Amino acid sequence: MSGSMLIGAGAGYSGDRVDAPIAVVRDLRSAGERAAIIFETLGERTLAAAQLRRRQDPSLGYEPKLASLLSPILKDCIDAKIAIIGNFGGANPSAAAGVICGLASAANAPLKIGVVTGDDMLDADRRGILRECCDDLPDERLLVSANAYLGAAPIVEALGEGAQIVVTGRVADPSLTLAPLIHAFAWKEDDWPRLGRGTMAGHLLECGAQATGGYFADPGVKDVPSPESIGYPIATVDSDGGFIIGKAQGGGLVDRRTVTEQLLYEVHDPAAYLTPDVTADISNAGLVELGRDRVRVEGVTGRKRPEKLKVTVCFDGGWLGEGEISYYGPNALARARLAGEIVRRRSPPGLRIRCDAIGVLSVLADDSGRAWEQLDDIAKADTPDVRLRVAFAGNKTEVERALAEVEALYCAGPAGGGGIRFHMRPRIAATSCFVPRDAVRPKVQIRETRHA
Amino acid sequence: MPEMSLHALAHARAGDKGDRLNISLIAYAPELYPLLRDAVTETVVQELFAHRRPSVVKRYLLPKLAAMNFVLDGVLDGGVTQALNLDSHGKTLSFRLLGLKIAVPEELTQFARSGYATTAETASRQ
Repeated sequence: MSGSMLIGAGAGYSGDRVDAPIAVVRDLRSAGERAAIIFETLGERTLAAAQLRRRQDPSLGYEPKLASLLSPILKDCIDAKIAIIGNFGGANPSAAAGVICGLASAANAPLKIGVVTGDDMLDADRRGILRECCDDLPDERLLVSANAYLGAAPIVEALGEGAQIVVTGRVADPSLTLAPLIHAFAWKEDDWPRLGRGTMAGHLLECGAQATGGYFADPGVKDVPSPESIGYPIATVDSDGGFIIGKAQGGGLVDRRTVTEQLLYEVHDPAAYLTPDVTADISNAGLVELGRDRVRVEGVTGRKRPEKLKVTVCFDGGWLGEGEISYYGPNALARARLAGEIVRRRSPPGLRIRCDAIGVLSVLADDSGRAWEQLDDIAKADTPDVRLRVAFAGNKTEVERALAEVEALYCAGPAGGGGIRFHMRPRIAATSCFVPRDAVRPKVQIRETRHA
Repeated sequence: MPEMSLHALAHARAGDKGDRLNISLIAYAPELYPLLRDAVTETVVQELFAHRRPSVVKRYLLPKLAAMNFVLDGVLDGGVTQALNLDSHGKTLSFRLLGLKIAVPEELTQFARSGYATTAETASRQ
């Protein structure tokens, strides 16, 4: 098949703007070409948190914003044959598929859903392999989750079986974009240069607004039009994998600067960007500004994919406690420093502890915010506004004891302290290791809904 | 030669994976790239982040993008799941790099972002 394909980004992380996909789908529809929209909602810890939710309630463990993200666009996507691909299945893709079935029935839209599983490495039959491959695996009782990064292949399989929406758990972010391209253009699984280009198109989409003026504004230096309503990125990809980055209508911008920042985001060796599908190479990449928020990315290629797959292992990471107190005016810094020192001396020995001194304007102003009008002068004035932050890591009892010492600063600490806040929460720690590719067996299941 | 902060010459973005931080540095104009390449070396960046004790600083050059990519190992206190820092990702550290001052030859100051006085100009005004 020739022609080009449009891929839009609907979400770049779990906390992303839920109204962003609406403008993307509107523009994909009006373009009238083959199109897909991707949702990337999994970070390293997101999946472990999802796993904990699933343990508490077996019907949960998918992206909490799933229905908010999909309900405004689902019917339009089905009508316009825009494929939806997302790793919003989290730790429970089957349950997410159930939610999507419900949304489709409510919209009276019959739908084929592809469900990709098999990334969970804590399955009884795969725990052994995990233990063999990971040297520093924590004690069994502390393990929360272990998920292998799947590639594009199972999504391509689901699309091949007619799925209009594909829901996955841990799939490598750029594979969400690469899969519909492989499906549309019938790229071979060892066509490394095309896979490399499709992967980098995916890399530029996977963080949503970060390619179109999000995470970019620096007032007076790098200004962004209407940053409160940024249009999320849309890539136009041709059958050779060449692509142009554009964006949905709305605020934001696409130029050499925004694309370069995102092209190198979380990249280490530009000649070897590793994914389950390919080793992508941007060491020779160049950009051409086409005007009107469009940039062509050239010179991307790829080489053979890595032999092993990455697994993220999450485990119980103890407790984090944070406590804060403010000091203002003459000698504020010395009083904050002394407060930190008192907490240190009174905290349980051996507890991990750090102190920070924060501040420009936190306690001087009243609620009206009028003081913000003099913020520049306040920042320059010799009247410090210091907020001491103390953070602790350890077991629950120790962290509780240490936080009680922050609270005690009101009556027993240095003069003039105010605004104490403290809280604690359990932490999930993460590590990663690599397993042989054939130890991971992705599964694809197709579910169908009917007219109500 | 006048000194300017990198903020006048380039932009940057930080990303993290585990205990590893990467910071891209992108020249506003291709004419500034050779200057950045010569001035912002692995050693300079190692010193700029010395308070975080990087085990390795590696620089990758991307001349076609007028950019370079720094990879700093062991600077995030174990990474986002373990650090006690408010910014456990190290996302704000791109602006640590942009605060670095370098000497800029007179003929290149025209490519810097307008509104930035060089230290020489500031001195002559006073």
